[in-house]
Amino acid sequence: MPDLLLELRSEEIPARMQRRAADDLKKLVTDAMVERGFLYEGAKAFATPRRLALHVAGLPARGKDVREERKGPRVGAPDGAVQGFLKSAGLTSIDQATVVTDPKKGEFYVAVIERPGRDTLDVLAEILPQVVKSFPWPKSMRWGAASAQPGALRWVRPLQSIVATFGPETETPEVVPFAVDGIVAGTTTWGHRFLSPGPIEVRRFDDYVQALERAHVVLDTERRKDIILHDARDLAFARGLELVEDDGLLEEVAGLVEWPVVLLGTFDEAFLEIPAEAVRATIRANQKCFVLRKGGSDALAPAFILTANLVASDGGLAITAGNERVVRARLSDARFFFETDKAVLLEDRLPKLDTIVFHEKLGTQGQRVERIAALARELAPLVGADPDLAERAARLAKADLVTEMVGEFPELQGLMGRKYATLQGEPASVAAAIEEHYKPVGPSDRVPTDPVSVAVALADKLDTLVGFWAIDEKPTGSKDPYALRRAALGVIRLILDGSFRLHLLTIIQHQVLFVQGLADLPGKYDEKRRGDGHTTRQVKLEVCEQIADSLLIFFADRLKVYLRDQGARHDLIDAVFALRGQDDLLMVVRRVEALGRFLDSDDGRNLLAGYKRAANILRIEEKKDGRAYEGAPDAALAAAGEPEERALSEALVVAREAASTAVAAEDFAGAMRALSTLRAPVDAFFEKVTVNAAEPRLRENRLALLNALREATQEVADFSRIEG
Amino acid sequence: MSSAVDPAPKLSSDEISSHKTSFQGLILTLQNFWAAQGCVILQPYDMEVGAGTFHPATTLRALGPKPWKAAYVQPSRRPKDGRYGENPNRLQHYYQFQVILKPNPPNLQELYLASLDAIGVDLKLHDIRFVEDDWESPTLGAWGLGWECWCDGMEVSQFTYFQQVAGFECAPVAGELTYGLERLAMYVQGVENVYDLNFNGGSGEDRVSYGDVFLQAEQEYSRHNFEAADTAMLFRQFTDAEKACRSYLDAGAPATQTERHRMAQPAYDQCIKASHVFNLLDARGVISVTERQSYILRVRELAKACGAAWLRTAGGGAP
Repeated sequence: MPDLLLELRSEEIPARMQRRAADDLKKLVTDAMVERGFLYEGAKAFATPRRLALHVAGLPARGKDVREERKGPRVGAPDGAVQGFLKSAGLTSIDQATVVTDPKKGEFYVAVIERPGRDTLDVLAEILPQVVKSFPWPKSMRWGAASAQPGALRWVRPLQSIVATFGPETETPEVVPFAVDGIVAGTTTWGHRFLSPGPIEVRRFDDYVQALERAHVVLDTERRKDIILHDARDLAFARGLELVEDDGLLEEVAGLVEWPVVLLGTFDEAFLEIPAEAVRATIRANQKCFVLRKGGSDALAPAFILTANLVASDGGLAITAGNERVVRARLSDARFFFETDKAVLLEDRLPKLDTIVFHEKLGTQGQRVERIAALARELAPLVGADPDLAERAARLAKADLVTEMVGEFPELQGLMGRKYATLQGEPASVAAAIEEHYKPVGPSDRVPTDPVSVAVALADKLDTLVGFWAIDEKPTGSKDPYALRRAALGVIRLILDGSFRLHLLTIIQHQVLFVQGLADLPGKYDEKRRGDGHTTRQVKLEVCEQIADSLLIFFADRLKVYLRDQGARHDLIDAVFALRGQDDLLMVVRRVEALGRFLDSDDGRNLLAGYKRAANILRIEEKKDGRAYEGAPDAALAAAGEPEERALSEALVVAREAASTAVAAEDFAGAMRALSTLRAPVDAFFEKVTVNAAEPRLRENRLALLNALREATQEVADFSRIEG
Repeated sequence: MSSAVDPAPKLSSDEISSHKTSFQGLILTLQNFWAAQGCVILQPYDMEVGAGTFHPATTLRALGPKPWKAAYVQPSRRPKDGRYGENPNRLQHYYQFQVILKPNPPNLQELYLASLDAIGVDLKLHDIRFVEDDWESPTLGAWGLGWECWCDGMEVSQFTYFQQVAGFECAPVAGELTYGLERLAMYVQGVENVYDLNFNGGSGEDRVSYGDVFLQAEQEYSRHNFEAADTAMLFRQFTDAEKACRSYLDAGAPATQTERHRMAQPAYDQCIKASHVFNLLDARGVISVTERQSYILRVRELAKACGAAWLRTAGGGAP
């Protein structure tokens, strides 16, 4: 079976786009083939800085023949009908059609249309230029003289040549005949820019890979990564050092070279006074080099690994020396930043935050810090933190954003703040909180445990959420530019991991006032009466409650997602949130857990069945009577009725009381146990007692009994939300 | 006829043009290289600009259909980058060598590499890399795709295919090369501090260093840029330049669809002026974050209007 080889050679493709581009190339070509009925055995795509390549193995040489019979008009039909038939069947004369006789319809024409399968080569010649012209680069450009014309070809950087061959292994493959914007597909490519700059003739995938290899191009990214990683480890090992591995950097570096040559450079040990993370960020971000550890320790070594794209005639001495010079200059800058930063106390940087806009509608970073500090102080006792330390940490938490080091390397935010705080003698928990208040960043990130960190982390996230809710910038669909879902999940994990008791509604409402600049103004708005008798402050409070309710619903949604990932039933979470005022996430979770265990037991399942039966009857009867049976049942009347009726009436009073008491004591298992005592009386009631008694007073009282059951279950959850 | 003055030069012509021994030799080598490629070798624009791109030979000439090849040195002012002469790598005034080729020739990368070879970067010895760097100038309403060109890990040039300038599509696309001359010279001369560069190639008493020429200026201008620049005057100048730009554009505006614009270049000078004044105000720290954006937008509006006017001139290809 024949294979396709396609290579699109261009000027240097950005490293970050290569992998995706290879995937897209494979998908676009194979999808287009499959869509036209051409199946293949396998396909693999590759990318280097200067080429995208695709190998599709096991394509048919041509497509399947298609035979189709098309019925036409009766023999003797009007000429118009005959002409229409000829046109649609692609015939020139009615003689080319056959006449078929049908006992019912008589004689009519049939055209047999035979379409031979198309040559795969032709289909490829049709598909490949389309793929090139519509390739989904994240950013593309025009170039050269052709760019003067509208509709000129766009590519990520100038496209220079195309190789496209198709044919079986045993024969010389053919060139897929096509051209795009004057670039004609052929069999010539070029090797490494410096090491093998001449043209190479290639025929099919196998010899292509080998020819490239001889011309100093390693086609497969994974192989380039392997070479870099192994050579880097070996070089480090030979010096008694260890490579600090970095997958993202490895991927990027492999996208910057066609022929990786790994070299080791050194720098002055004195630079290791700079915090290790800053050394690493400097060398990584600016130089795309790996840092090294001293063998068996966490400490960095004064050396780095660089990956060149050249086998230099001096063995790499000049390249290493050049890179060392740049690393030295960069580390000098980093040391300068560090020394400059250390000279200013973090609190002295705070005025600068007043000049930085956090969000147009939410004020400056300085105002934000004030709000976070106030909230952290308020939350501190709830999470076991010292309020003074929490406030102090919150106040300093964003100060490192205006340091030189973080300005240069934003990814070091928090971490540098901690270093500078430690150096200026802040308490350990304050310093730790400055770094940890950003945590947890994602679902797998560590949740801080130091109470001061927890208080500031919660305050930071809650203030952000409240702020964006107050200005109505909520996440929608896939859009969440301020990462609010992540912030809410962070709050949830902080609360649950630490088993903290927080009434979110109260906290949110208070913070909304703060965001709107009203928190410290009690009564100020009372004088400004509006026409309808509401005070402005009352109106603001209503808005504030609406915002808090809406944000709590968001928390409920996020909690649902979180618990579902942990295996909890979403209907149980709904059943608990359906109760009014559930804003204590820890209690919600405890209740869901208890409810889940209860419903797993026989008593639970049966009570749920009894509840459903009662709710059904009530729904039907209430609809029929056009009224709700909400009043308390008459105990005396029930006592005078059937024994089962009396038993249920008595059991309900006891169970509801017990469940209510248990809930108040946050003993949800106890509440469930109390409810489970209803199972036997409910079963017996349904077995022996006719709800729809002839006597209206009895019927009404029995319906009221069922309602009492409904209400009793409401002590723990809204059972109507439970499925099954 | 004989002269009383000894005309014998102190340096041979080879020494003068040697890129290895002098800063000016590097410039001469690059000029010769690009002159051989058919570029007009221009002189620096006589106004303060932040980068060689601002020179009308790049900004305006990149617009419109007419072919254009030029190369020139442009002193570039970055008031914020001043370090009082104390940092070995940062300057508030430095030189860029700028090449613009419209349309870009298909072998522009090869030409660039050959120019490196010409200034003494041995391509068998040094690791040259094209690393993604998308260029954007918010003040010029311009963007392009290209690379930072690395030599052994050091960025020595910017390589850009202009896609848009002054808000207009470039048709055809121009290729722009910007060489950081001080960095390249430091590399070629093997010097760690910019002020130690040999400027004229002389030795002993005849040696003039970069520091001899520029150190005092760096100190003085750093003081000026950060401490003394008269902000009230600068704010006035910004407004004046903005007004002047608009009024020159109006005054030169064509009366009918078929006429040409008559004053695109003087108007563009005022746009350059506004941009530099903004940079000075920014260095003085008197522009807040939110204001900053609006100043950039104001300059961009001027650049766009000047670009539109240029396209109505002969140079811009108007009929």
